Amino acid sequence: MERQNLGFTIFLYVCAALLALMILAPFAWLFIMSISSTNDLVSKPLRWWPVETDWSRYRILTDFTPNSHGAALMSALGNSIKIAAIATVAALMVSVPAGWAVSRTPAVGWSLWLVIGTYMLPPVALAVPLYMGLAGLGMLNTKIGLAIVYLTVLAPFTTWLLKSGFDPIPRDLEKAAAIDGARLDQMLRIIILPLAAPVIGTAALFAYLLAWDEFFYALLFTSDYRAKTVTVAIADLAGGRVADYGLIATAGVIAALPPVIFGLVMQRMLISGLTTGGVKG
Amino acid sequence: MNAGWTATRAWLLMLPLLIVMLSVIGWPFFDTVRLSFTDARLVGTGGDFVGFANYERLFSSRAFRRAFLVTTQFAVVSVLVEVVLGVLVALLLYQNFRGRNVLRALLILPWALPTVVNALLWRLIYNPEYGALNALLVQIGLLDAYRSWLGDPNSALVALIVADAWKNFPLVALISLAALHAVPHDIKAAAIVDGAGALARFRFVILPYLAGPLMVALVLRTIEAFKVFDIIWIMTRGGPANSTRTLSILVYQEAFSFQRAGSGASLALIVTLAITVLAVVYVALIRKSAGAQF
Repeated sequence: MERQNLGFTIFLYVCAALLALMILAPFAWLFIMSISSTNDLVSKPLRWWPVETDWSRYRILTDFTPNSHGAALMSALGNSIKIAAIATVAALMVSVPAGWAVSRTPAVGWSLWLVIGTYMLPPVALAVPLYMGLAGLGMLNTKIGLAIVYLTVLAPFTTWLLKSGFDPIPRDLEKAAAIDGARLDQMLRIIILPLAAPVIGTAALFAYLLAWDEFFYALLFTSDYRAKTVTVAIADLAGGRVADYGLIATAGVIAALPPVIFGLVMQRMLISGLTTGGVKG
Repeated sequence: MNAGWTATRAWLLMLPLLIVMLSVIGWPFFDTVRLSFTDARLVGTGGDFVGFANYERLFSSRAFRRAFLVTTQFAVVSVLVEVVLGVLVALLLYQNFRGRNVLRALLILPWALPTVVNALLWRLIYNPEYGALNALLVQIGLLDAYRSWLGDPNSALVALIVADAWKNFPLVALISLAALHAVPHDIKAAAIVDGAGALARFRFVILPYLAGPLMVALVLRTIEAFKVFDIIWIMTRGGPANSTRTLSILVYQEAFSFQRAGSGASLALIVTLAITVLAVVYVALIRKSAGAQF
């Protein structure tokens, strides 16, 4: 890989350009649709850039007038932010102690495999009893209800990620703390949590993104502005009688912004999380 | 600290997680098993015990066999495309060239895009009357007239696979790239000194390091693809003519559209069983290949 001839270099740059185009073109088109007038979007031959940029749809969709498209999308955004936050915090509360226990005590390791094994269960295998259970508790169409259901997805994942993050933290520190007479909770709080802060942050970020992305349970268990998430609101918009493709595209841009910005800003964290399981095994 | 106390303490720390898992996964799963032997409706009566009737009807139904085939086609082809594309992209981004780090950063974008937005984006691109794909292909002369990509049973599944692969190949690429960086430099240098060609170097130097992480990515992606619901629901709802109706879509229709909770449950369990068998076979393969290496 040290010696590169000219032909190979050209080949590399052509491939790189193609890859960039392949990744960016759909994003660019989503954005262009959102700022093109309806006339431009239905013209033949298609206009690839609007005659005049039209930002009005962003105003329409961030408008809070009751019963408007804007109000529906904004309340759904608010619900997604809250539901993902509740689910993330709850997932971390159960998976931090569990992840540490599995990391330090191999004897309970098999239970982690059982928890991870639930990843193989398709949501449709849990949906009917969860629906009946939520209905029985009066928790259908509530943010808390949906956040609890999201633990089925988030908790196994964060436990696994945290366990691999706790593994490299040396045990000597814990032994020293135990000799100094620290209680378990003190040891976890003062020694382990600060050292594990980066991996806990990574787990939180993944959990949040997973919850933001979830669609199936949200479709089944929510029905109006009180708990509908942004994924369901967008599906409503796309499946409804909205004739303006630009409006659908704009809603897509708005729903995609938070995770995409998160993704770009916290790239290193995400990539380390993505590759932890794969590379370290 | 004695060993007994350590184990007890570990279980105590596991307890909150286990309680949560039992109530949101364990109980619903066993209730699904129970429901699968009844003719329960989604709302109303609890349903009567019907033995294996739901399963028998399932195995003789054409809808089930069709959905199983569609799901398998979707999973095999999309995962294959993602793995091949992902490895090629990883090999590209492993080379030294200007702009490499920018490209690596871009790779996170399709992965971070919400699945539902991805589905909607591609639905707009495939639009039969105004879609960008039709416009592009006609303007450069590859296509004579606009086509309904998602409305034609012959092209709908392929169109879905393209949309799914575009979103998911970055995951495979990122995992492969991390694995490539784990290959020790002196081994690569030795292979070059020994005069190994590019293909031989890939086969004997790179691939052994790539195989393990790649298998993990393969397992994860295959399980995901077998469970697929969101992207299909948004783009085609299983149509046209059920040509994209996967198992998860079929369960949804059975249990929630037609409210037949019992038969929906039996179908969901068959899907679970299929995924479990697949995962076990994969893990056995991983163990075997790992054993061959070390």
